[in-house]
Amino acid sequence: MTSQDHLRAFLERAPYIRFLGMTAELAGDELTGILPFSPHLIGNTLLPALHGGVIGGFLEMTALAQLAVTQSTPRVHKTIDVTIEYLRPGRALTTYARADLRKVGRRIANVHVEAWQEARSQPIAALRGHFMLAED
Amino acid sequence: MSDANPNLPNPNLDAAAAMATEVPQAAALGFQMVSASDARGVMHVPWREDLVGDPDTAVIASGVVTSLLDHCCGMAITAATGERRPTATLDLRIDYMRPAASRAGVTVEAHCYHMTRSIAFVRAHAWDADPADPIATAQAAFMLAGPAGPGTGGAA
Repeated sequence: MTSQDHLRAFLERAPYIRFLGMTAELAGDELTGILPFSPHLIGNTLLPALHGGVIGGFLEMTALAQLAVTQSTPRVHKTIDVTIEYLRPGRALTTYARADLRKVGRRIANVHVEAWQEARSQPIAALRGHFMLAED
Repeated sequence: MSDANPNLPNPNLDAAAAMATEVPQAAALGFQMVSASDARGVMHVPWREDLVGDPDTAVIASGVVTSLLDHCCGMAITAATGERRPTATLDLRIDYMRPAASRAGVTVEAHCYHMTRSIAFVRAHAWDADPADPIATAQAAFMLAGPAGPGTGGAA
């Protein structure tokens, strides 16, 4: 299977990813998570702004998608913990995210993810997390 | 500028109940308010096929739990202040102890244990069947925003 196949399998597997409306693109083995704006993702109708949980879920799914591409197994990697920093309001725009696999050990991966909208230099949120790698 | 002021006091905590239904993401996920009092909020999300993270196990996705934890923390702040005040999440740390049971809904209790004029500190835990056997715990800090009038939104 190619990286594209692993990504497609990951995105099609989880109903929650379809609920979010998340997609992703690959450049080589580097993945960009893409979350088009949709009204059901709003958490603050006054601004309006994306729900903090939506941003957190999207960051986590981007980490898992990157792991699915580079650490492919038929089974699902599991989230151990995440710390999400919210830097700017998530506006009613498409959101992008990229994951940096800081360390991939035998059993645990440490991943940093950053999300942005109009400019990558102005991130809206960041995630640091530990993930338990599935064994074949 | 003064219309739709979200800071109007609401002693009946209707404001907390409204948080479960009026926020589009909460409505889309099917959040239900269980209780809100004494700086604590309890909310529930029923299991649903389209919210599953892994179809092999039919366990609800962790992202749904993240949304519920974040949202319930906001409700605990509303329960602490007695008014619906816009909040912005500063950070949210979540530890996942174990997956929820297959086809199980999730309940979250959040406690706003300290508040300054501008910051609220909240702890929360999530469970599927037994509050003493959590699936996840969370610790979060929120900024309490002032009245949101025209011009406060948008640009960071």
